[in-house]
Amino acid sequence: MSRWHKAALVGNPNAGKSALFNALTGARQKIANYPGVTVERRGGRMILPNGAPIELTDLPGSYGLTATSPDEEVTRKVILGELAGEPAPDVLVVVLDASNLEQHLVFAQEVIALGKPTVVALNMIDLAERDGLVLDPKALSNALGVPVIPTVAVRRRGLTELGEAIAQAEGHAGDAPHPRARLDLAERRMEAHAIADGVIISESAKHRLHSRMDDVLLHPWIGPVFLLGLLFVVFQAVFAWAAPLQDGLEGFVGLLSDAVKGAMAPGLLRDFITDGVMAGVGAVVVFLPQIIILFFFILVLEATGYMARAAFLMDRMMAGVGLSGRSFIPLLSSFACAVPGIMATRSITDPKDRLTTILIAPLMTCSARLPVYAVIIAAFIPNRPVGVVGLQGLVLFGLYVFGIVGAMVVALILRRSVTKGAASGFIMEMPKYQLPRLRDLGLGLFQRGWIFLRRAGTIILQVNIVLWLLLNFPQAQKGQDQVDASFAGHIANGLAVALKPIGFNRDIALALIPSMMAREVAVSSLATTYAVAAGDEDTTAHQLSAQLQKHWSLATALAFLAWFVFAPQCISTIAVTRRETNGWKWPGFMLAYLFALAYVFAGITYWSAVALGF
Amino acid sequence: MTLDKLPVGQTARIVAVDWATLVEEEALRLRALGVDVGSKLSVSHRGVFGGADPLALRVGRMTVALRRAHARAMQVTLLENGLESGQ
Repeated sequence: MSRWHKAALVGNPNAGKSALFNALTGARQKIANYPGVTVERRGGRMILPNGAPIELTDLPGSYGLTATSPDEEVTRKVILGELAGEPAPDVLVVVLDASNLEQHLVFAQEVIALGKPTVVALNMIDLAERDGLVLDPKALSNALGVPVIPTVAVRRRGLTELGEAIAQAEGHAGDAPHPRARLDLAERRMEAHAIADGVIISESAKHRLHSRMDDVLLHPWIGPVFLLGLLFVVFQAVFAWAAPLQDGLEGFVGLLSDAVKGAMAPGLLRDFITDGVMAGVGAVVVFLPQIIILFFFILVLEATGYMARAAFLMDRMMAGVGLSGRSFIPLLSSFACAVPGIMATRSITDPKDRLTTILIAPLMTCSARLPVYAVIIAAFIPNRPVGVVGLQGLVLFGLYVFGIVGAMVVALILRRSVTKGAASGFIMEMPKYQLPRLRDLGLGLFQRGWIFLRRAGTIILQVNIVLWLLLNFPQAQKGQDQVDASFAGHIANGLAVALKPIGFNRDIALALIPSMMAREVAVSSLATTYAVAAGDEDTTAHQLSAQLQKHWSLATALAFLAWFVFAPQCISTIAVTRRETNGWKWPGFMLAYLFALAYVFAGITYWSAVALGF
Repeated sequence: MTLDKLPVGQTARIVAVDWATLVEEEALRLRALGVDVGSKLSVSHRGVFGGADPLALRVGRMTVALRRAHARAMQVTLLENGLESGQ
């Protein structure tokens, strides 16, 4: 066999390509339904009903072969076989949204006119029926001159038939180009209108569900209030729902640690396992519930189509700082993690707009900051109600707001200096509302959780082991404090000189070094440090709060929180910025301005707190 | 009148577009989304802040968001009780 035969899914954004791709390949992929998916190549293998294997590619959504965005550029090049190292697909599968037939036929004609073997998947036919639209696939097939298969990707309807059609289409390569090739856009649109008219058997003009939902969600008053309320609920939930699960996990880590202590003889090796490995990794792993809950909300908002509405509501505000509603989605994703957030900026067509969004993305409070915030808040902020909400939740919300306000101010300044340029536009299709699919949601959550645990098991584990070694060697002499004697102590002492003015002690300096790898490490390195410092007493990660209260003043804790709002302590973010901006200039700029902000604001916080007598 | 003045819920047809005021990419994107001379549309929602910007348009079975600045470049003529799908 020379090579795998290839098929590619093409179509407008929001045609349900990704869902179809997942259904066909069983690919473990996240479906993000916002305008302009990141230009990731998504491929998977499927076995056709006749037993032949085929390689399937899911191409980014596109409105035409005349590219207006990087995504469309990729799609065009792949279809035409102009992308290096990417052989042109043997079969094109054009995915149409059945309820949006007329619009989607414009691009479909352009693709069919290329004269390559083509199959049309008339997707989401069930939603069209729900909207009172009855279609005739045969008539559509006759009009287009290619096979048309009705599909419902999420219910796996029509997949076998689609596979058969792909297998049959493969032979029909290289017919003469279709006469439609000569049509321009306006003519194709007329044609699309005519075809759609002939295919729609009947449609009831009933008021459709999603326009009723828009009447509420885009309402001048209800809309923004709902959005704000939603964001607030998310952050309360992240704190409140996760608590019992977290306590359970902490207890488990504690038990495990005790079990090891009971089973092993005292000594360096036992300390290494309990203080180095368990205290470190355990301190991070307990945040799995919070991460899962946050991603649950973000994935649901994406899958339902609400994200685009949020962008619509926020556009005017974003315009106020020189951005557009398009930036809202990458920024919102950055609450989960700045890395996918920064990748999502590829859907922003204006380069200056995009660069600004990339530079402020790290200011959105990502999930890696949650462990740090949560530990400090739990240790220093009393858990008492303020009106209907808890003070702890309120402080957490405040930290999020702080980051957002900071980002907006920075954007405003950048748009007038570093990324000066004309204001960008905002043109966007709003996808239909859909119920999130549990299977896809489950997959997405599993992926997120797994990535998080893998990080905990690899990078965080390694960093902790190195830190533990640095903390324990050289071994202290009699009467000497172990941390003082260690290598890590010496390094941190140097750093602490610079951090002293903003109220940071040596332990914090010690925690900041390894947390450049990942912010969560700050928590585990503090846990390790205090576990080592406490010597052989029964100190495990779940007593970190008590240790912090012993070693830190409230002013220091607040300054530490302020530092983490701004500090760019994440190698992955820097790496992805380098990749997306093609060079070290912008990640360098990002590092410099964020560290400067972090230092200044931690300082202001510390001195204000001291002045207030905290 | 221009599209930005079109009252919410009123159906209209675009009779002229001043393409020169739009960036080329924006023009392409609008046309790809079916906002072009001859398109029938209505404004279904308007933004909340700062002069009801942006606008949400119903074009066929799609909802398309754009800003007032784009809408101002489009001349529309009102249609009486236009049905949703050109029947």
